[in-house]
Amino acid sequence: MSESTVARSDLADPTARRALMAGVDATPGSGKPDPILVVDNIVRQFGGMTAVDVDHLEVQRGIITALIGPNGAGKTTFFNLITGFDRPTSAKTGAHWSFDGATLDKTSASSVAKAGMVRTFQLTKALSRMTVMDNMMLGAQGQSGENLLKCVFKPMWRGQERDIEDKARELLARFKLLEKKDDYAGSLSGGQRKLLEMARALMSDPKMIMLDEPMAGVNPALTQSLLGHIQSLRDEGTTVLFVEHDMHVVRHISDWVAVMAEGRLVAEGPADTVMSDTAVIDAYLGAHHDTDLGDDALLSDDVMEQIQQQVAAEQEDES
Amino acid sequence: MDTIQAILSSMMREAISPQTAAVAIAAIGLNVHFGFTGLLNIGQSGFMLLGAYGFAISIGHDLPLIAGLLIGFGAAFVFALVLGAPTLKLRGDYLAIVTISAAEIIRYVGRSALLTDFTGAAQGLQGVTYRDPFTNLSFFGGGTTTLSPFNYADVAGGAVWVRLLGWLLVAACITGIVVLVRGAQRSPAVRYAGIGLLGAVTVFLLFFLAPANYQNTGVSGWWVRFAAWLLVGISALVVFLLVRSPWGRLLRGIREDEDAIRSLGKNVFAIKMQALIIGGLFGALGGMVYVLPASVQPDSMGRSLTFFCYTALLLGGAATIFGPILGAVLFYAARIMIKGVANAYIPDNIMNNQQTEQFSFIVVGVALMLIVIFRPQGILGNKRELRFNV
Repeated sequence: MSESTVARSDLADPTARRALMAGVDATPGSGKPDPILVVDNIVRQFGGMTAVDVDHLEVQRGIITALIGPNGAGKTTFFNLITGFDRPTSAKTGAHWSFDGATLDKTSASSVAKAGMVRTFQLTKALSRMTVMDNMMLGAQGQSGENLLKCVFKPMWRGQERDIEDKARELLARFKLLEKKDDYAGSLSGGQRKLLEMARALMSDPKMIMLDEPMAGVNPALTQSLLGHIQSLRDEGTTVLFVEHDMHVVRHISDWVAVMAEGRLVAEGPADTVMSDTAVIDAYLGAHHDTDLGDDALLSDDVMEQIQQQVAAEQEDES
Repeated sequence: MDTIQAILSSMMREAISPQTAAVAIAAIGLNVHFGFTGLLNIGQSGFMLLGAYGFAISIGHDLPLIAGLLIGFGAAFVFALVLGAPTLKLRGDYLAIVTISAAEIIRYVGRSALLTDFTGAAQGLQGVTYRDPFTNLSFFGGGTTTLSPFNYADVAGGAVWVRLLGWLLVAACITGIVVLVRGAQRSPAVRYAGIGLLGAVTVFLLFFLAPANYQNTGVSGWWVRFAAWLLVGISALVVFLLVRSPWGRLLRGIREDEDAIRSLGKNVFAIKMQALIIGGLFGALGGMVYVLPASVQPDSMGRSLTFFCYTALLLGGAATIFGPILGAVLFYAARIMIKGVANAYIPDNIMNNQQTEQFSFIVVGVALMLIVIFRPQGILGNKRELRFNV
C-alpha cells in the first residue's frame, strides 16, 4: 500500500468519478473509457442449465463496480470463471477475457492472482488452524522464502519476512485485528474473518479486488467500517468489483452497477438509474425495495403507519 | 523381577533398534505429507520399498554406496512424480487411493518371479549382498560394547531396590520434562536447558537400568544403530528447517484450504508436488535404513508398515518435529512390552506365543483408536491448534 497511500487517485473525488462515468451508456455491455477488465462471450453450463452467459462486460478502472442480481443469477460462478477457479464451457468457442491488457483465457487461479486480480470468497476461507499473522503473511507475493531451495537458509528470507510482517501489522491495525494477531484464525468471529480475508487479499497490493458478498453476516457497525475500507481502497487507486445483496450498501458506495439475472447481464448504469429500471425491479428488487424496514430514520410513527396502510391495502387486493 | 528385567531389556533393545529408527524416518516423511501438507499418503511403504530396492540392487551389482543411495532416492523421486502428477490436482481422497494401490503394485512387482535376478522375488535380497560397503565405513572397530558400561549390576549387585529407585527417578525425570514443556512462565533458556538436562539424565538412566550389549560393527551392531539414529536426527533437523520457513507456512496453508492459497497467487500444485517428493525421499531413506540390518523382503514392507508409520505419527503428534520419533520409539517399545507381559503371565493354554504376537497388535490398534478419540493431537501436538479442525 505504500506508494498508493501517498499518491491518492484522481478518482478519489466523487465529481471526477461522476464526470468519468457520465459519458458511458447505461446499457448492458457498454464500453468504458479505461476498462481494466474486459469479458467477452463467457458461457458456463452445468449440464443443461446455463449458469452464466455474458456477451460483453467491461469494468472501469479505479472505481467501485457492484454486481447485483437475484440468487442463482450466476454472480459467484462469474467470479469463479474470471478468477480461474472454474472454466467456461465456451472456452474453445471464443470465450475471451483480459485483465489490465493481459489475456487470461487459459491462466490458472494462481496466475490470475499474480496478475493483480485478487478475490475473496462468499464463504470465508480463513485458514483456521493458523494464526491471524500467518494468514496475513501468506498473502504477500514474491516471497523468496517460499522457494524450496532457499527456504532452508534463513538469512535468505529473514529481511523480506520482516518487511512483510511490518506490512501485515499495518494492515491488521487498519482493520482493527492487530490485537488478535497471535490468535488462531478459527477463533475469530464470522465478521472478523471477512475482515481478515480482505486484509489478506490486500497483502499482495492488488490492482483489482473482487469481493464476493463482503457484508453477508456482518453486524451494522462492522459494515460501516468495511464500507469505509472499501472506499479508501478505491481512493487509493484499487479497482473494486463486488457482489452484494444489500441495496443500501450498493447505492451508498458503488459508482457503477451491473445487474445479472439468469446468467445474463440485464442492466448496467449508475446506482440510481439501475434501481429505477423496471426490468431490474421486476427481476430482482421487488416493488417495495425503496422501503427500508431496517433504517431507524424511517421508524417514526408516521412512516410505520404508512407502511401498515400499504400492507393492509395489499392484503385486501390479494384477498 | 528377572522376568520384568528381561521384558524391560527387550523393550530397550527394540526402542533403539535400527528398524525403529527407519520407521521414525519414514514417519518423518509421512509427517511432511500428512501432518504439514494434509496429503493423505497411504503408500509410504511403497516409497520405502523402492528406496530399499534401489539401494540394495545397485550395490548388489557392484555400484558404489553413493550410487546406491542416489538410485534409491531417484526411484522414490520418480515414484512421487508419477503418483502426484495425475492426482494432486484432484481432491485428497484420490491421492490416498492411488498411493495405496501403487505401493501394493511395487510390492507385487518386486515379488514377481520374472524379476528373480534383480529383486530375488518373494525370497527377497539377502543382506550380505549389499551390506558390506556400509559396514566397511564403520570406525567403531571390532569387539562388543555394553551401553551403558556402568549399569545397575554395578550398584549393590543389581538389587531390586536399586532398580526400583532407578525407575522412580526415570518417572520423576519425565514428569519434570512435562512440567517444563507445559510451564510457559519460566524463561525459554531455562526451560530448554532443563529439558535438555533431564532428557540426557533420562536416557542415561534408561541405559543404566536396561543395558544393551551389541557388537561394535557387526550385522546389527552399534554402528548401524549409530548411523540410523544420526539419520533420524538429520531428518528431523531438515524438516525443522523446512517448516519454519515461509515454504512451511505455505504447506500449512494448503493443509487448511487449497483454494484460499490459490486465490493468493501461489502455485498449489507445485508446492504439493514438492512436499510429496520430499516426504517420499524420507520414506526411501527409511526403507534403506530398514533393510540394512536385515534383508529386503517385499512382504515385510507392505501395507502394515505404512500403518505402523501412521500409528507412530499419530501417537507422537502430527505436525510436530519430534512427534514421529517419539511415536516410533514408544510404539515399538509398547508392542514388545505387551507381547512380553502376555508371554510371561498368560498361561500357554489361554494364549500361546504366536497368539501373543497377534494380541500385541490388537492392543496397539485399540490404543491407537483411543488416542485418536481422546487425544487426537498425539503426545506432543498442540491441542489449541486442533480445536479449529473444520
